[in-house]
Amino acid sequence: MNKNVDELKQVASQVRRDIVRMVHGCQSGHPGGSLGCTDFLVALYFNAMKHDPAFNMDGIGEDLFFLSNGHISPVFYSVLAHAGYFDKAELATFRKLNSRLQGHPTTHEHLPGVRIASGSLGQGLSVAIGAALAKKLNGDERLVYTLHGDGELQEGQIWEAAMFAPHHKVDNLIATVDVNGQQIDGPTEKIMSLLDLAAKWSAFGWDVMTMNGNDMADVVQTLAEAKSRTGMGKPIVILMATGMGYGVDFMMGSHKWHGVAPNDEQLAAALAQLEESLGDY
Amino acid sequence: MKKYTYTDKKDTRSGFGAGLLEAGKRNDKVVALCADLIGSLKMADFIKEFPERFFQTGIAEANMMGIAAGLTIGGKIPFTGTFANFSTGRVYDQIRQSIAYSDKNVKICASHAGLTLGEDGATHQILEDIGLMKMLPGMTVINPCDYNQTKAATIAIAEYEGPVYLRFGRPVVPIFTDADQKFEIGKAWMVNEGADVSIFATGHLVWEAIQAGEQLAEMGIDAEIINIHTIKPLDAEAVLKSVAKTGCVVTAEEHNRLGGLGDSIAQLLAVNNPTPQEYVAVNDSFGESGTPEQLMTKYGLDAKHIIEAVQRVIKRKKTI
Repeated sequence: MNKNVDELKQVASQVRRDIVRMVHGCQSGHPGGSLGCTDFLVALYFNAMKHDPAFNMDGIGEDLFFLSNGHISPVFYSVLAHAGYFDKAELATFRKLNSRLQGHPTTHEHLPGVRIASGSLGQGLSVAIGAALAKKLNGDERLVYTLHGDGELQEGQIWEAAMFAPHHKVDNLIATVDVNGQQIDGPTEKIMSLLDLAAKWSAFGWDVMTMNGNDMADVVQTLAEAKSRTGMGKPIVILMATGMGYGVDFMMGSHKWHGVAPNDEQLAAALAQLEESLGDY
Repeated sequence: MKKYTYTDKKDTRSGFGAGLLEAGKRNDKVVALCADLIGSLKMADFIKEFPERFFQTGIAEANMMGIAAGLTIGGKIPFTGTFANFSTGRVYDQIRQSIAYSDKNVKICASHAGLTLGEDGATHQILEDIGLMKMLPGMTVINPCDYNQTKAATIAIAEYEGPVYLRFGRPVVPIFTDADQKFEIGKAWMVNEGADVSIFATGHLVWEAIQAGEQLAEMGIDAEIINIHTIKPLDAEAVLKSVAKTGCVVTAEEHNRLGGLGDSIAQLLAVNNPTPQEYVAVNDSFGESGTPEQLMTKYGLDAKHIIEAVQRVIKRKKTI
């Protein structure tokens, strides 16, 4: 699973193809944030984490990942499928009736790789903290990762959790925030300002790091550095700068592609920009 | 009418505290969380015995529910503790998504349910919690009647796999069940066999039902009294069997009449055996400040009101 940067870029290109095809296939879903977070999730599952596709809910002896901003399910499902959790052909059922690939991830359909439902925002950091505490009680030295949207930080529960983790020295936890500056109704700075996020997390007692979430080499290196800083009494948060819609020029940087599906022409234009590297499902 | 006596009175929340300690001793996977109400939830003994298995969240109930859900991933059996209002209404969406929909083995333990928190008033009381929790698919809802039964229920839910809402109160109430009882989730407890009316009661209103039953016996009315400690899953067999015999029903609960035990029974009967029914419950209202005794009287939750409901429903009984 330990792929190098060039190999990771190939996987990322295929995952981006999957995302636009999945959202096009059911004419609903969230392509923008999914495309922006692709490099991070690919690096996480194919380089940073120790994990087992022979899925076990408790995940003892494994690193765990929790997707808090569940609406970017297309990227999560595609990465899980390519990592071997389930057959890639199942990606074609995304958001369709009787599918295990619900619009937002859930344990209810027993899809391997999913340990908590998410969609209603702001809950994932608390869950991750609980899982990290269980690891400490179990003497399990593996780590817990999360991903949150920057708009999601407007939910109050995030800051309840942000207070708890440093207070209880939950230092086996690496949270990441997708700072793409966009939410459904527009730019975050217009909708509800987040101001200085690094200062906020730092003031709550977190070890704050930053990275370019669309530069694969930076993502791999920053995750490695973050891992080396665990176990030192503080939880870690990585503020990850990304472009919403990254990889598809007409989707780039616009909140308008937060939750809109491409039409046939737009799909063709998007796929023309993304190399097929591992074969389409 | 069977005779029930008591030698001691205790609060049901102390039964929870004692049960939690016992559950913790029996199974090292049991962990506890509290949102700044350790004393109110009687968690101190557990914390003293197992400090590493307790997590103080501060006044942050939503975070507490999420952390509890996360602890189950890794095999822990988390018990959360706060007031019933903050255990349900305040965190409904967290329970819905991270616990119920995610099938997590969390035990939501709620003290000060109902009206009898008393003087604090309606912000700290809740009369809607049974309804909120029973509407969640997969959620088990338990409302034990006294100290011993609350202790037994607490131990039993630790051994049961799945999300549970355990509801108990603040006031001191008579202990009339056995200390070594076996608590079976989903199995109603026959308090008194009778022929004229079925009284289905839950929580500390079971004691009021017993008081009512004794007075009804003197009036020549033979009441069957059944303790529905598990509201979901409802023991349909016990309810239908009783109603087939008596032909009329009174339900008694410290809850809004909308969405509580009475509605669960009415729904079962409407489909299977439509039967005259009277509710002893709060009539779609918030509570207010007052002593628990004053509130029980004002909102009609005592033995006197159960007797009046029995008299009304018996008149409505169908004659073949």
